[in-house]
Amino acid sequence: MSLSLATIGIIALLALPYHLLPGRIRPWLLFISSIIAIYLLQPALPIRFSDFLLPTAALMLTAALWWWSRAPDQRASREDALALGLMIAIILGLSLFRFVDAEYRLTPSRPPDPLALLIGLLIIIGGVVVIIQIIKRLDGLRADAINRVPTIHLSLLIVVIVALFITLKTEPVAIALSGLWRSATGQDVTLASPIDLNWLGFSYVAFRLIHTLRDRLTGLLPSLTLREHVTYVLFFPAYIAGPIDRAERFVEDLRKVASGQWSVASENAVNIQQSGQNRELSSPSSTDHQPPATSHFQSALYRIALGLFKKFVLADSLASGLALNGVNAEQITSAGWAWVLLYGYALRLFFDFSGYTDIAIGLGMLFGIRLPENFNRPYLKPDITAFWQSWHMTLSNWARFYVFTPLSRWLLRKDWSSTIVTVLLAQVVTMTVIGLWHGVTLNFFIWGLWQALGLWIHKQWSDRTRKWYRGLKERPAQKRAWTIVAWFITFHYIVLSWVWFALPGFDQAVVFFGKLVGQ
Amino acid sequence: MSEKPSAGRILLKAGGLFILINVIFAVVQPLEAIGSLSIYNGLIPGRPRLPYGENPAQSYNLSTNNLPAMIASHILHQPKAADEYRILLIGDSSVWGWRLTNDQTLAARLSAAGLIMPDGRRAVIHNLGYPVMALMKDLLLLDAVMAYQPDAILWPLTLESFARERQLFHPLVQNNTERVQRLIADHSLLLDPSDTRLVNLDFFGRTLVGQRRELANWLRLQFYGASWAATGIDQFIPMEFTPRSTDLEADVTWQAFESPQSLTEADLAFDVLRAGITRVGNIPVLLVNEPIYISDGTNSDIRYNAWYPRWAYDAYRALLATTAESEGWDYLDLWDTVEGAQFTDSPVHMTPDATARTAARIATWLQSFTEQ
Repeated sequence: MSLSLATIGIIALLALPYHLLPGRIRPWLLFISSIIAIYLLQPALPIRFSDFLLPTAALMLTAALWWWSRAPDQRASREDALALGLMIAIILGLSLFRFVDAEYRLTPSRPPDPLALLIGLLIIIGGVVVIIQIIKRLDGLRADAINRVPTIHLSLLIVVIVALFITLKTEPVAIALSGLWRSATGQDVTLASPIDLNWLGFSYVAFRLIHTLRDRLTGLLPSLTLREHVTYVLFFPAYIAGPIDRAERFVEDLRKVASGQWSVASENAVNIQQSGQNRELSSPSSTDHQPPATSHFQSALYRIALGLFKKFVLADSLASGLALNGVNAEQITSAGWAWVLLYGYALRLFFDFSGYTDIAIGLGMLFGIRLPENFNRPYLKPDITAFWQSWHMTLSNWARFYVFTPLSRWLLRKDWSSTIVTVLLAQVVTMTVIGLWHGVTLNFFIWGLWQALGLWIHKQWSDRTRKWYRGLKERPAQKRAWTIVAWFITFHYIVLSWVWFALPGFDQAVVFFGKLVGQ
Repeated sequence: MSEKPSAGRILLKAGGLFILINVIFAVVQPLEAIGSLSIYNGLIPGRPRLPYGENPAQSYNLSTNNLPAMIASHILHQPKAADEYRILLIGDSSVWGWRLTNDQTLAARLSAAGLIMPDGRRAVIHNLGYPVMALMKDLLLLDAVMAYQPDAILWPLTLESFARERQLFHPLVQNNTERVQRLIADHSLLLDPSDTRLVNLDFFGRTLVGQRRELANWLRLQFYGASWAATGIDQFIPMEFTPRSTDLEADVTWQAFESPQSLTEADLAFDVLRAGITRVGNIPVLLVNEPIYISDGTNSDIRYNAWYPRWAYDAYRALLATTAESEGWDYLDLWDTVEGAQFTDSPVHMTPDATARTAARIATWLQSFTEQ
């Protein structure tokens, strides 16, 4: 993740001319900015042209999946053709930075030759069109194919995205792929590394694409134009570190921006966060919309400032020596310091991630888009279920919608599965998916298991103690004491789980647990 | 009901406050006062050597030009014990302990020798070496630590630190302009107080914005203190290193001197050395000519090592010995006491073993010296 202060400043400044534009132009500006931003934010990579080709691939993939995930009755419009033309023009335009000195380039390194790129793009687009036509022909053989969602195709596409995701997140596979790519470009294969495939933002792109494909299958996804789909998937404030919005909600805001209306729900979200209340953001009512108000900008700027402070002051300071990492885990000499570094890591992780989220939400507000909240004081929660309802909420919601709920429903239909087993299995699968989303390693897998086990135990505990807990209402002192104990247990359960998250190796994590108890 | 402030008013107030804070910062110049605030020697232990590091993420250490911050992070900043005979050890990277852990440095070895002074106090040697070869830097540090009640100063020297053109070359010296100019004036040093390398900040440079890097370094020094305290590591020592050269160029030049010639005190920074001895007043200063690598490779008849042509080093040694004798300075010459294999990546950086043996020699000398 790299979103520098300068980049944030430039994006915030762009909001000023943005508001001077007519409403119908603004969504197009968001579309163009989001496309340019994925090239601007992509870090330079060692393999020749890869830092240009990977954002291009993200763009092409997004466009292709829009085509596939359109509503059955949705025809490509002139606006879609214009959006596609603009996309290609921007890609080719950015490739002209090939002829510009490095210090003036918007791209991370020298782009490929524009002519070769154009030929490549035409071949890819042509190939996609041919494949689509073949599939249509095959589907045409079936009488009911015209107006139905192509279930198998969309399911296969989800599998393809997951496979691509696993490829990038599994070190040996990523190294092999990097080696292949290096050999194709004539570069040293022995230097192949997963860093070669550092495809910025792909984790979030993949989840948004899976969401659109899956929601098309279930009929929940509204009709989106190509411009709306691309802007949703690649929206620049949320491209690097989320949050993972839902398309139908995002597009609602986008359309209001186009119609000159303005959502102030984000402002409400800020107010809710400031008051510390738990919030379930509902869709804004019609009275929520008004032209951008001064207080809206204040809220946006407050949110950005808060995010900058969390990320660049608190998180970065903690990272400067007060947070656990793979190196200092082996160097520490006492249990006390092991705990200090572990607490430091827990705080650093929170401030870093929630800081990025604040910045993304604030920037989104400046452009009239309300991004969902991602954190709600997670470390203060008295149980692990509440923790996961307030930590990286958009990811856990995504996992609940697309993994936990369908899986638990499927399991409940099985004769052999009891409720307890169903919950356990569904929790294990859901949390290990979240774990492996960070990287396909044993430690992330164990981290997922750890969370699943905690959630399952808490579920069993709360099911069995509900009556007793309700009785505590009449004994406030005991309830307060129990809340403190529960918070302490929950906090340390979570903090200890970060050992698996922070340290790269299984052995290293085990040794570190030993150090925590003075061994 | 109070009216909500407009964005314009908020921006105006914020801008005004920002300018005011910057102006106050520029006028008050609080950086040195802030430098004295430290979590070291309080929340966490003090560092046994001055902060220096080019790779903070690995060494848990970093270089700063804020002298009070450097000293506040050092164990010297702790109160002096009643039974402590405080010896301040100043010098270059070989004293600081390049490629040595804290328990392997000259200061640590000397302290471990357990010297007891005639008055019954135990000798505690504080490592105030700093990896810069310039006597001016030593004088700057010496001047800054005199408030810490030293009982003696131990000052290892080598020719490179005497090079006149090196005296003002390092950022630590260049960014402490007022102190350096004062020392030049007080001791009539043969250095130009208006040398353009000395940093004279303009108004913007003195503001909070202008001083943000130094301020950030102070903050980072505190944070890296936690890692230092947790691990005991204050230097990243890679296993691989480029060893000092054995085969040498047939080159007789040294610094600005193109050919062999006799050297005078004015050619070398003896004025700075003398200023250091004057600065500490009645406190004894013990000078040591530190060991150097003596090559037996190609052209070793012309040069002792990659740094020193024989003529220059011989002239320096003779000059230092003569001056020490005439001035009554306490002086120990150890220049050839360490065999070549014991030098690591430079003609003065020694292995832990050679450092221990050098410390033993100095300890014996210190003991005999104090018993006189």
